[in-house]
Amino acid sequence: MSKMNRRDFIVISSAAVGAAGTALGSANQEASKVVIKKLAKTSPFYVNHDGKKTATFCEMCFWKCAAWVEKDEEGKPWKVTGNEIDHHCYGRLCTRGSGGLGSYLDEDRLKRPMIRVGKRGEQKFKEVSWDEAFSHIAKKLDKIKKEHGPEKVALFNHGTGGVFFKTLLKGYGTQMMTHPSYAQCRGPRDEAFKLTFGESVGSPERTDLAHSKCIVLMGAHIGENLHNSQVQDFGKAIDNRATIITVDPRFSVAASKSKYWLPLRPGTDMALVLAWINVLIEENIYCKSFVKDYCIGFDELTKHVKDKTPEWAYPITNIKPEIIRATAREMAKNAPASLVHPSRHVAWYGDDTQRLRSIAILNALLGNWGEKGGFYMSSKLQVGKYPHPPYPKPKYTWFDLIGDKFPFASTPPSSSIRDLTIEGHFKSWFVCATNLMQSLPDPRQTIKAIEQLDLLVVIDTMPAEITGWADVILPECTYLERYDELRVTAGKKTQVALRSPAFEAKWDTKPAWWIAKNLANKMGLEKFFPWTDIKEYLNYRLKTIGSSIEEMEKIGVKEVENKNPIYFQPGEKKIFKTPSKKVELFSKKLQDYGFDPLPNFTMPDQPEEGYYRLIYGRAPAHTFGKTVNNPILNELMPENVLWMNPQVAKNWGIKNKQRIKLKNQDGILSDNDIEVMVTERIRNDAVYLVHGFGHRAKKLSRAHGAGIDDQKLCTNIKVDPVMGATSFRTNFVTFELLS
Amino acid sequence: MKILKKRYAMVIDTRSCIGCGDCVVACKTENKVPEGLCRDWVVQEISGTFPNLEMEHRSERCNHCENPPCVSSCPTGASYILDMTNITLVDEDKCTGCKACVASCPYDARFIMPEGYISKCTFCHHRLEEGLLPACVSTCPTICMYFGNLNNPFSKVSRLLRARKWKVLKPEAGTKPMVYYLV
Amino acid sequence: MNANEIVITTNKLNQHIDPQLHIWGWEVPVYLFFGGLAAGILIITALAIIYDKEKELPYSYNKLALFAPIGLTLGMIALFFDLEYKLHVFRFYTTFQVTSPMSWGSWILQLFYPASILVILGTIKKGWPWIYEKIKNIPMMEKIILFSERNLKTIAYISIPIGVSLGIYTGILLSAYVARPFWNSSILGPIFLVSGLSTALALVLILTKDKHEQHFISKVDLGVIITEITLIALFIIGMQTGSAIKIESIGMILGGAFTTKFWIFFVGIGLFTPMVLEILELKGKAVPKMLPASLVLFGGLIFRFIMVSAGQVSTWVNY
Repeated sequence: MSKMNRRDFIVISSAAVGAAGTALGSANQEASKVVIKKLAKTSPFYVNHDGKKTATFCEMCFWKCAAWVEKDEEGKPWKVTGNEIDHHCYGRLCTRGSGGLGSYLDEDRLKRPMIRVGKRGEQKFKEVSWDEAFSHIAKKLDKIKKEHGPEKVALFNHGTGGVFFKTLLKGYGTQMMTHPSYAQCRGPRDEAFKLTFGESVGSPERTDLAHSKCIVLMGAHIGENLHNSQVQDFGKAIDNRATIITVDPRFSVAASKSKYWLPLRPGTDMALVLAWINVLIEENIYCKSFVKDYCIGFDELTKHVKDKTPEWAYPITNIKPEIIRATAREMAKNAPASLVHPSRHVAWYGDDTQRLRSIAILNALLGNWGEKGGFYMSSKLQVGKYPHPPYPKPKYTWFDLIGDKFPFASTPPSSSIRDLTIEGHFKSWFVCATNLMQSLPDPRQTIKAIEQLDLLVVIDTMPAEITGWADVILPECTYLERYDELRVTAGKKTQVALRSPAFEAKWDTKPAWWIAKNLANKMGLEKFFPWTDIKEYLNYRLKTIGSSIEEMEKIGVKEVENKNPIYFQPGEKKIFKTPSKKVELFSKKLQDYGFDPLPNFTMPDQPEEGYYRLIYGRAPAHTFGKTVNNPILNELMPENVLWMNPQVAKNWGIKNKQRIKLKNQDGILSDNDIEVMVTERIRNDAVYLVHGFGHRAKKLSRAHGAGIDDQKLCTNIKVDPVMGATSFRTNFVTFELLS
Repeated sequence: MKILKKRYAMVIDTRSCIGCGDCVVACKTENKVPEGLCRDWVVQEISGTFPNLEMEHRSERCNHCENPPCVSSCPTGASYILDMTNITLVDEDKCTGCKACVASCPYDARFIMPEGYISKCTFCHHRLEEGLLPACVSTCPTICMYFGNLNNPFSKVSRLLRARKWKVLKPEAGTKPMVYYLV
Repeated sequence: MNANEIVITTNKLNQHIDPQLHIWGWEVPVYLFFGGLAAGILIITALAIIYDKEKELPYSYNKLALFAPIGLTLGMIALFFDLEYKLHVFRFYTTFQVTSPMSWGSWILQLFYPASILVILGTIKKGWPWIYEKIKNIPMMEKIILFSERNLKTIAYISIPIGVSLGIYTGILLSAYVARPFWNSSILGPIFLVSGLSTALALVLILTKDKHEQHFISKVDLGVIITEITLIALFIIGMQTGSAIKIESIGMILGGAFTTKFWIFFVGIGLFTPMVLEILELKGKAVPKMLPASLVLFGGLIFRFIMVSAGQVSTWVNY
């Protein structure tokens, strides 16, 4: 919580604070928590007594912070602020959340259902009624089912409302569900941690940063990504003077808060991790009790890293041996409150599961699993499901299609669905709230796949690139205008959050639940939506946790008692959900499938002369490309810039703020030009830009043509054989000077 | 009297500020700042050469100076100091848009509203009246912003300024700024 | 470590403020020019009256003052154009703000009009008989004219501080801003006064047909120009020996962006050339009489343009 906020304010103004001096640390925070609890019952600041605020949770990114929407005296939309009791945001929304109103205000939004009339991609549509749109879809889907079977339909999904389309399509008879946030983002991490610890770290990640004494970030740019509570916890770690070690070819914001910045050669992270493991073992400073009690394969690991010394890693990573040793000792010294953050977007080099395995192993050696300042344990929270008849069993799923490929993929990689589509395995896609042109690498392949389809239905709020390729566009209203599926969180606290509409839906836009339910009616699948409206559905679910819509509209977030402690209790016997019930440093499972049971480093391709590795990341003002057109956030950051080391700029004769184009190793030229930012903050073998810009969709009036789209330049893709993640950082660019 | 007067100060911890710009957005919506204008902004300062670098982020705004040149330069009394505080405000009914205050501000914190009057950060005094903190402070995700009364020795801001090293912007300009940066 | 990269990351683009202050365009320098000119006119006429120089300086004594309120009005029209909230212009006169040079200025302007009009009326019968014929039938007018004629010297004595105040005010208006280091020198007051006086003298040179008056005014103008050059030198020395921020700001005319404009157009064409021409003239060389005077007027205007724009560029903000 805030250290100096309204509570302090009240206390101070009533002159009730006696504690002077410099005791500003955690004791103070604890004290203020007591005050919150007292106030929470009475203060309109926390509870929506007067009904002027509307409870929601944010959809500006996947963190889904609970929030209040307020109107001004004239009843006009005013602001969105955080819900104080919510553990995703602790009452503070981030930049994008605060700018959430912009998504509602954006005049470029999709307004009415549309059906394609021109050629695919030609962007010629006619506006139709919802009924016409539904009839069109139902007819096509019926035909596909009859001629090819329902399994030929796939759903790409990255939004809260997508769950209703899952219901719809499962009812229809397909289980081909995918989300680009798996193979294009955090999949390798989740599988690596499952292989090692038996479970993944979840989302929000169960990292206890607030209590960590040593935090290692490897390419994780907390602060530039604004994963709200995690950023707040990171802020607390800084306040607590935690030792922060940041490994990044770029002097990120996190690096600037770090005791150690290790500007390693891009792509050599695993070598560094292996060297760290070597030091921990060689110097005998790993967490022996944890390893002894809970890990298997330590001997194999010891042997495996014997020669992976800091001296071995030095020429690979460019990180000096003494720095590698010093940082390893820092980790060991602070263990178990020592955490190597597993990151989120980790689809980098095609061997990502193995790299994340090495990070998982390193964490195991620090003994931080279930410990304060390490990874805390998830709680359990069951919210009842609205009963519906069983789904028809599909004849085959993705797993049957793919056979032995990607044996550790727990969900179909979106890129794999795309590839299978090109091979003719799919006839229809439903794309819900994800702009596949920017969320999958190499948009040319995506277009090739779309050309194989009989029906592409896109459900979205904005006319992003993917809508231009759609056969039917279904305009969803924004999160500020709709009820939605509940947010159920089992993190440090078990909480349920409600999204309720603050404003009437603009134009002819509709909530996802309404679209799915009415489309189901048209398709004769109404039995899978046996509720009359969403409120009945939500009320049913809320009753199972002893709440109701009425209550939730007042409080926004309901906390359910968490019976599972978040840390392991002393003397508790830890059981891991791996085949051996132990932490598997050595993975027999991997070995059985012909993969390295212990991670082996291979040097990724290096840039040729005149080429630089293209690295990309996030900016706090934007969630990928999704928010670039948001009128409020666009003002903060209308386009991206290209970071370039001064030495590189000098060699090329490029000046700060000069505009250039980029060309990748395959000769692909960027659509637009980009402003160069000459900065000491990056190595001389890489360039960096923020992902999500360079929109080609003309209907995005602010975002169109601004900056460079990195996805277009990502044409050299390596696929992680373990689980199918696509690599993005295997691309190099050179510069095209404008005449 | 002195003890009743509020010396409002904003204290911003540059060590935990990540420069996310949330303060800017929260201000924009709270105060309905028109498109293209802003009352606060974030500055990033980098020193050193690769790989020995340092970086500071600062959320900047009107400093609500105790010696405000904007108030003393205003010919109509439109720029004024809120009674019993150091909050400088603009009375839009009195403002002629002569821009003397804009020219007088060493921080370039003031701007011209589309209607023609001058505007700037108000320390969200409308929120203070309700017992709330300024919008930027209440939303800052790293909790690097603090707000309070320096005439109260027990306030968090007073304690922070006693405990930590701090700086203000352009003290040489002699304006006695009341936005402090912990370093 | 010194900062070597400093940027605003949230895209601050307040119009007329960012990336560089540009709140005052042509309006303010034009206003300052006409204000200074009007002040100079009133001072010259008042001095001519006080020293009873009607014969020697017939134009200055009888006719010149008419241009004082006219000039000031032109200036104020320009100023009005500059106001962003024009409907509120009356707000200048519902208050007096003791710390605000602009408030002082707006009240000085209100004193300037009656003083200059009384001076005009006191000399109108000789100076502008055709105007006299047109206005004499206005009620009370004869009485006011009679009053002015009888009290002409007193009015002239009162006009001197008003004229001087206005002249200095046009400089203080700029120099009172600590935020704009290039302006922040109190010597700007005297410089603007002297420059205004010089432009007023140039106006006399252009308008008078009296050879003796021309010669005398030319001599005075030479002295005024030399004074102005001296003050400019002092201004530069003062800045150059000042704090870092002032040294940096004076750099704008010492090699920086405004160097050519300042040295060639203002000092070269607007000060030195007329000075040399006037010296030549005094030595009996044939110099077209309009030339030095026009150059002085040009110099006075360009000086104000340079000062107003350079001052806005000079700043404490380094991003």
